[in-house]
Amino acid sequence: MANFLTRRLIIALLVALTVSIVGFSLLRLSGDLAAVLAGEDASAEDIARTAAQYGLDRHLIVQYLDWLFNALRGNLGQSLFTHEPVWEMITSRLPVTITLAFAALFFGLLIAIPLGVLAAVKANTWTDRGALFVAVMGQATPNFWFALILIYVFGVWWRQATILGVRLAEIKIFGMQLSGLPISGGATWLHYVLPVVTLATFVMPAIMRITRTGMMEVLNSDYVRTARAKGLSPGKVLFKHALRNAILPVVSLAAVQLGFLLSGSVIVESIFALNGVGYLAFESIKRIDFPVVQSILVILACSYILLTLLADIINAKLDPRVRLE
Amino acid sequence: MSGAHHYNPDDPPVLEVEDLSVDIKVPAGTLHAVNKVSFSVRPGETLSLVGESGCGKSITSLAIMRLLPKAARLSASKIIFDGQDLAALSEKQMARLRGNRIGMIFQDPMTSLNPVYRIGDQLEEIYLRHKGGGRREARERAEYLLEKIGIINPTQRLTQFPHQLSGGLRQRMMIAMMLMCDPKLIIADEPTTALDVTVQVQILQLLRSLQEEFRMALILITHNLGVVARMADHVAVMYAGQVVEKGSSADVFRHPTHPYTRGLLECIPHPGQSATRNKLGSIPGIVPSLVGRIDGCTFRNRCNYAFGDCATAQVGLRDVEDGHSYRCLLPPETFAAGKLEKA
Ligand SMILES: Nc1ncnc2c1ncn2[C@@H]1O[C@H](COP(=O)(O)OP(=O)(O)O)[C@@H](O)[C@H]1O
Ligand code: SF4
Ligand SMILES: [Mg+2]
Repeated sequence: MANFLTRRLIIALLVALTVSIVGFSLLRLSGDLAAVLAGEDASAEDIARTAAQYGLDRHLIVQYLDWLFNALRGNLGQSLFTHEPVWEMITSRLPVTITLAFAALFFGLLIAIPLGVLAAVKANTWTDRGALFVAVMGQATPNFWFALILIYVFGVWWRQATILGVRLAEIKIFGMQLSGLPISGGATWLHYVLPVVTLATFVMPAIMRITRTGMMEVLNSDYVRTARAKGLSPGKVLFKHALRNAILPVVSLAAVQLGFLLSGSVIVESIFALNGVGYLAFESIKRIDFPVVQSILVILACSYILLTLLADIINAKLDPRVRLE
Repeated sequence: MSGAHHYNPDDPPVLEVEDLSVDIKVPAGTLHAVNKVSFSVRPGETLSLVGESGCGKSITSLAIMRLLPKAARLSASKIIFDGQDLAALSEKQMARLRGNRIGMIFQDPMTSLNPVYRIGDQLEEIYLRHKGGGRREARERAEYLLEKIGIINPTQRLTQFPHQLSGGLRQRMMIAMMLMCDPKLIIADEPTTALDVTVQVQILQLLRSLQEEFRMALILITHNLGVVARMADHVAVMYAGQVVEKGSSADVFRHPTHPYTRGLLECIPHPGQSATRNKLGSIPGIVPSLVGRIDGCTFRNRCNYAFGDCATAQVGLRDVEDGHSYRCLLPPETFAAGKLEKA
C-alpha cells in the first residue's frame, strides 16, 4: 500500500511536470506575450522594453525553469493584467467550481445509478428503452445549447430571474437581448440550480449506461442466484449483493467525470456567469494571461491524477480482490 | 452402494412432486425443458436425479425453489413440501422458505459466493434473515457448523474472503451456509462436478454424514453414475426433460430396464477394462430438440429397440417391479440379461 502510494505520487509529479512543460511551450509559442502586454499601438522599442521588464527576453528554457522553481516554492506569480497573486485568484474562485462539480456529480449519480439499476432489472422492456432514450438524449445534447434552452425557458418564458446568474443582461439569446432581468450581486444557491442541472445532465448518461451494463452482468452471476436461493429480500439481493459488485467501474468513471467537471465547466460557468475557475481560465486565455492559465493547467492535471488515485483506493476498499500494486 | 437405510420408508415425504413441467419461451418457440416429472423424497433419504447435460435437472431444481428464469413457465399438479403447496405460495412466502427450510448448493463454488463479502457475513446473513436473533448468535452457529464440517480454525476462516479459499473449502462453506437454518431438504446441483477428484469424495462423504446427523432429505443432481451408486437411496434417470426410469438405486442398478439407463450403465468402465470405449454419454446419437411438440418416445433416435409405434404412441411409465418403473413401450422381459448383447 505504502509502496503503491509512493509510486503513484511519483507518477503524479512526472505528469504534472510534463503538463507544465507542454503547457508552457504551447502557451508561449502561440503568441508574442510582450507585444500583447505593450498594447496595440506599441512601437518596437516599447515591446522590447516590456519584454525586458517581464524577463521575456530571456531564453524560453530559462524562463520555464524560473517559473518552475518559483512554483515549487509555492509562488505562482501574478496576473499580467490585474497583478493579483495567481494563487489567490484561483483559490478564491475554487469554491464556486468545486461546489458546481460536486453538486453536479452528486445529482448525476443520484439519478444515473437508480436508473441504471432499473434499466437492468427491467432489461429489454419499455422502461429500459425509456432509460436508454434519456441517456442518448443527454449524451447528444451539447452543454451550451442545453444551458441556453434552460435560460430561455426559465428566464424568458417564466421570468424566474432569481434562478439565473449575475451577468445575464449581457447575454444575447438567439439575437435577443435579455434586458429587463435584474442583475444580482453575489451568487446564492439558487444561481447554482440551472448550471448544476446542465452539468448533471452531462454526467448522467455515461454513468447510467455503465451501471446498467454492470448490473446486467452481475444479475446473471452465480452469487446473485445464491443470494436468491438464500431467500433474501429483493432489496438485499439487488443492492447488497448485485450493486456492490457492479459499482466498481462506476467509481472509476465518476472520478474521470469529476475531473471533467472541475476543468470543463468553462462553458457553463461563462453562460451562467458564475465566477469560477472555468470562467477565470476562459477570461485569462482570452487576454493571454499566461501565469494564470499555466497554473490552472497544472492544478487540473494534478487533480485528475489524485482523483484516479482516489478511485483506485475506493475500489480496493469495495472489492477485496483488487490489490493496490 | 448405499447399504443401510438412513430413512424410514413409512415416513411421509418431505417433498412430493407430481407432473412438474417447465416450458421456456425461446426465439424458436416453446422449449419443453421439463415434462411431467414426478418424484418424492423422505427425511434422511437421498434421491438422485441423473442424466446427461441438458436433460432438465437444474431446471427441475430451480422450479422447486421457484427460481426459474423469467422466460420459464412452471406447471405441476403437486409440489408439496412439508405439507405446504409450494405452487400456491406468494413470492414473499416462498422467499421465507428458501435458504430456511430448503437449502440449495450449486455446481461452481468458485463463483457461487459473493466475492466482496467475508465468509462470515455471508453465513450470518442467511441466519439473521430467517431466524432473527443477534449477530453473536449467528456467529456462534456459523462457528459450530464450521467445526462440524471439519474446518480447523473456524473463527479465522469466517473473516476471510472467498478468493482466499480453495474450491473444496468454498464448497464446504456453501454447505455450511445452507445448513445455517437447519433445513429439511437440501438440493445439491452437481456439487462436486467442478472439484478435483479427491476433493469430490470428501464433499460427498461430508454431505452424507451431515444428512444422517440432521436427518435431512437430499436431492442430489449429478451426471455421474458413480456418485449415484455411492450416495443415492433412490434414483430418477432423466432424458430430454422426462424421467425415463426410477426406483431404489439397488433395483435400478441391478435391473436397469430402459434402454437409456442400460446404455449409461454399460458406459461405466469396469475394473480392468479400458475406459476409452466406455466414456459416459458415449451412447451414439444426439438428444432431440426440446422445442415444439414431441410425439412418441424421446429416445427413439438413439434406441436400438425402436420400432414403428415408438414414433407415435404415448409412452407412459410402467412397472418393472414394485417401486421400480420405466418409460418404454416394450415389456421388461425384452431387456432380460441375455438380450443386452443385442444392443
Ligand atoms: N435460461 C434458459 N433459457 C432457455 N433455455 C434454457 C434456459 N436454461 C435452461 N434451458 C434449457 O433447458 C434445458 C434443460 O436445462 P438444464 O436443466 O440446465 O439441464 P441440466 O441441468 O440437466 O444440464 C436445456 O435444453 C437448456 O438448453
Ligand atoms: S419406446 Fe421404443 S424407442 Fe423408446 S425406449 Fe422403448 S423401444 Fe426404445
Ligand atoms: Mg445443470
